[in-house]
Amino acid sequence: MTTHETGPIVKAGGAAADYVDERVGVSKFLKKNLTKVFPDHWSFMLGEIALYSFIVLLLSGTFLALFFKPSMTEVTYHGSYVYLDGIRMSEAYASTLDISFDVRGGLLMRQVHHWAALLFMAAITVHLMRVFFTGAFRKPRELNWLIGNILLTMGILEGFAGYSLPDDLLSGTGLRIAQGIVQGIPVVGTYAAMMIFGGQFPGTDFIPRLYIVHVLLIPGAILGLITAHLMLVWYQKHTQFPGPGRTERNVVGYPLFPVYTAKAGGFFFIVFGVTVLLSAVASINPVWLFGPYTPTQITAGSQPDWYMGWLDGALRLMPNVEINAWGRTLSLNVFIPSVVIPGIIFTALALYPFLEQWATGDKREHHLLDRPRNMPTRTGIGTMSLAFYVLLWIGGDNDIIATHFDMSINQITWALRVMVFVVPPLVFVITKRFCLALQRRDRDKLLHGYETGTIMRMPSGEYIEVHAPVSDEERVKLLAGRVYRPLEIDREPDENGVRPKRKPLDAARARISAFYYAEQISKPTPDELTEAEHHALALSDSYAAQVESGVSPPSVDGGH
Amino acid sequence: MIGRSVRADTTPTPSSVSAKLSARRRHPFATALVLMVGLSVMGGLYSALTGAGTASAAATDGGPQQIAQGRELFLEGCASCHGLNAQGGSTAPTLIGVGAAAVDFQVGTGRMPLAAPSQQARRGPVSYTQEQISALAAYVASLAPGPAIPSAEELNYLNANLQEGGELFRTNCAQCHNFTGAGGALSSGQFAPSLKVATPKQIFEAMLTGPQAMPVFANSTVPVEEKQAIIRYITSIRSSPNPGGMSLGRLGPVSEGLFLWIVGLGAVTAIAVWIGAKSS
Amino acid sequence: MSVNSEAAAPGSGGDQHDALDTQDAHGVETSAHAQNPLAPGLPEHRLRRTDIDPRAAKRAERQVSLLFAIGALTPIIFFIGYVYIPNDKLILIPLIGTTSASNLFLGLTMGLGLFCIGAGAIHWAKKLMPDVEEVAERHQIRGTDAERDLAVAQFNAGVESSGFGQYKLIRRTLIGALAATPLFAVPLLKDLGPMPATLLRYTIWAKGVRIVTDVSLAPIKPEDIPFGGLVSCVPANLAAVEKATGTLNARAKVPVVLVRLRPEEIRSQQGKNWDYQGILCYSKICTHVGCPTALYDQKSHHLLCPCHQSTFDLADSGHVVFGPAARSMPQLAITVDAEGYLVAQGDFTQPVGPSFWERG
Repeated sequence: MTTHETGPIVKAGGAAADYVDERVGVSKFLKKNLTKVFPDHWSFMLGEIALYSFIVLLLSGTFLALFFKPSMTEVTYHGSYVYLDGIRMSEAYASTLDISFDVRGGLLMRQVHHWAALLFMAAITVHLMRVFFTGAFRKPRELNWLIGNILLTMGILEGFAGYSLPDDLLSGTGLRIAQGIVQGIPVVGTYAAMMIFGGQFPGTDFIPRLYIVHVLLIPGAILGLITAHLMLVWYQKHTQFPGPGRTERNVVGYPLFPVYTAKAGGFFFIVFGVTVLLSAVASINPVWLFGPYTPTQITAGSQPDWYMGWLDGALRLMPNVEINAWGRTLSLNVFIPSVVIPGIIFTALALYPFLEQWATGDKREHHLLDRPRNMPTRTGIGTMSLAFYVLLWIGGDNDIIATHFDMSINQITWALRVMVFVVPPLVFVITKRFCLALQRRDRDKLLHGYETGTIMRMPSGEYIEVHAPVSDEERVKLLAGRVYRPLEIDREPDENGVRPKRKPLDAARARISAFYYAEQISKPTPDELTEAEHHALALSDSYAAQVESGVSPPSVDGGH
Repeated sequence: MIGRSVRADTTPTPSSVSAKLSARRRHPFATALVLMVGLSVMGGLYSALTGAGTASAAATDGGPQQIAQGRELFLEGCASCHGLNAQGGSTAPTLIGVGAAAVDFQVGTGRMPLAAPSQQARRGPVSYTQEQISALAAYVASLAPGPAIPSAEELNYLNANLQEGGELFRTNCAQCHNFTGAGGALSSGQFAPSLKVATPKQIFEAMLTGPQAMPVFANSTVPVEEKQAIIRYITSIRSSPNPGGMSLGRLGPVSEGLFLWIVGLGAVTAIAVWIGAKSS
Repeated sequence: MSVNSEAAAPGSGGDQHDALDTQDAHGVETSAHAQNPLAPGLPEHRLRRTDIDPRAAKRAERQVSLLFAIGALTPIIFFIGYVYIPNDKLILIPLIGTTSASNLFLGLTMGLGLFCIGAGAIHWAKKLMPDVEEVAERHQIRGTDAERDLAVAQFNAGVESSGFGQYKLIRRTLIGALAATPLFAVPLLKDLGPMPATLLRYTIWAKGVRIVTDVSLAPIKPEDIPFGGLVSCVPANLAAVEKATGTLNARAKVPVVLVRLRPEEIRSQQGKNWDYQGILCYSKICTHVGCPTALYDQKSHHLLCPCHQSTFDLADSGHVVFGPAARSMPQLAITVDAEGYLVAQGDFTQPVGPSFWERG
């Protein structure tokens, strides 16, 4: 089987493999998949960061779960942290202090868990952006996009649940806000709030319930969804960027075993290692400084973890609209930023692939990624949404910004209220223009080559800049990408003279399609490319002829 | 007249050049140097002769001499905003009844004289010596009864209850100053400053007098023992170790999130780029 | 479909499709992969130093081994640190400050060890493992027409043999049963919590209950409160209620602040004579989503909530002057009792805290 000596380990390995294969048939799977090809671009590893962070979370979380007491029963603290000695607090908080100060390595594990959680969400976010801007959500990967969206939402909830478990002043305030939001939901709010908290706030049921959600329900769901997510990637094979040798029908990269195993496995250790190193040198969530949660205290600078900052910002920026009528109160000031806006954003995000497919009418499979510049409207929508998200995010930090940049929180709030409406459309327009300009430059490069920076002066006195043709590899990249045209409504009668029926959404579809694709830069056709090549050759022949017959040699600066 | 040399009114001849040159030669800095010497002499004579030295001898007695000195200083440095009789004006509140503690705090932290009238007063370089501050305080205290500068006994916080101090701090102070006193935002550009460098006396006085937007925490509602506990907590927690590593400002999730995106995600992404790069 | 879809050849109107595309409008492969002059094959493979120079390869091998060796050794060092560094030992590090020696040591060793294992594996892959790009075919994702037909036929045969189509009654009752089964969960979850009823409308404040300071629970006389003062208070009966119920529920609704304004500074109140000699008592629970609102600016008499910056003007019935809160801060009517201590005149006359649908 191998060319190496069959030492005892190899013999034992062979025996083990034999044993397993006879019972599980693993060789059939291995023969197909050991050389499975994976493309090797760095931006394809962003999702891996999330996956490995999740594993780190599971491992560190298991450690914490062995010491944490999810109970709101009041106890008197007598552990190592002197500042809270003799203070009444919940068991949850007291056990968190014990983990931090009285369990060796406990603080490290707590910090690893929290840093990994932040990294998990950040990785999901950049991974989502990569998938969006390269159009990797197109057929056949729409389902995977949906799964990813669900993972994003669950991650946010899971993180919120996790940092609320220690029952410290900062996260307890966050729970209070969550309860106030739920309570304010129309019609069912008070019932839902009572159900969730087992009565009024804070009650004694919530931390234990949150614990089960955090260690069992959501992680189980996330694990299942990640498995489905990866299985789909495995089966459908990963997408790849256009380039030499890469087509819609192949996948170019490195084999699973040994290269990809080493790189991906190594990356897991890297992510784990970086997270632990972060936890060694940077403090996170120092709950002992906040103090135990009590509803009469609060700290300046109360923010949630970063991935919820946009929701907090939405709450801060929303004007105080509340409708009181017929004995009922509709708290739009709470309902809109905490339920309606996230609802719209997550729904739009989830439905985006279908919307775009509807606008293009493109039912093909896509395995080659788009360069963002080739889809200006999509890229513009993406940057516009990011701008909106970032503005809300900044809104959530307005008091920290005010103290650090010496500004007024009132002015920041008003400025952001205007900016969330004004800036995103502006960003859309600028992005789209930028993409179209880049497309024009690409077209130019294809037809005229790129500028080398070498100036030549011809004997006739003319200055020319020497252009060099793009390399074959780059030509492939620049030519890649479909140029869509807007869909038109077909109103031509068929052979029997019957006009096609007008479907209700046709007009809207045509308009959206035009919004997407009315302005596109066409790629040079093969004929145009050939012609451009001939033109370039003719030009250089003519210059060469001039040089041959010219009086003085060409010089760079025109003088001698 | 000092500072000007008398120039000989002769046209220089080759023979007299070397002899007269030195008399006429002046260093470019000569004028400036002589001016400085002259001013220093004048200033020194002035301060020596106008009784600043004698003022320090009478600095702490609270007697009429100190009050008079305080009044002098007040008229020079404070009356333009606070009024000739400290009654206040359009830009500054009345100082009648604010007490010695308020003056000691405001001037002692450099908040007064106010650097930028339209903004909240902030800690800065102190413009007066301690004797002068005491004199100002004595003068203002003489106008009407008000909170006094805390005594050494009142400031003795070393035996105060540290844990109770924490509870009191989190109930009364953290909402503006942040959970460890890192500072926080108030409305309209105002802010509660960081408590990192405030001395125990300044903390006591601030609670007692309620400077600018800060409420007044009188001894009737926050007794001296509780103030001592709060001071003990503040002075201890602000220099407490950060067992988890760099504190990132003790500002909470905002700085932690920023750190993660820049350092954490940055490092991991950089390594991803390294993994994907072609090897040479 | 009545809308034009693009099935045009490249360059002839309609969409200009990818030069490398060989699918039709529905994603079905139309032809074998044609040789395309515009699509060169893989770029020429460039050899690495480690491919050419055996010394470089040996060096790379040593580097990888060193990294793995560090990874193997760090658990031992970790163990030593775990055993010998006490949990409360502090250490001063430049840039980091005074920190826990244990956390720093354990974290650095573990982090370094894991990192080195990863770096070793990656370095191995990049330098020593073959870096020739390989090409694999993408197979059609959908089944072939024959497979599809077979699947459909088998499915139909199964449906037919089950009689699902034939036995209407079975079909309908089956759907009914499956739809009804999840409903077991509905009543089972009912006891998660009580019905709201009037729980949100009342607090434990009542007529004659003394107002006491939050931490030290000392009663307050009007002359104790200076102008510009702020006192965070709770009702005197809170401690007993907390002990009896074992929860913080009462505490979540009762915190109040006492402030003293000059009578001419009070522009309005929520009720006549609800103040006492200029001392006002307002709830401390924000009407937005419930954070304690305790940032008091004694000059403007504004009460600011740090969560979302709702600002209430206590000189003007706690009216909202900025921020997302929609309702004024509830005011508590106060007076003094026989011994001269401040007491409540009764409970709040409106629910405190965040709004809710049935609030009215």
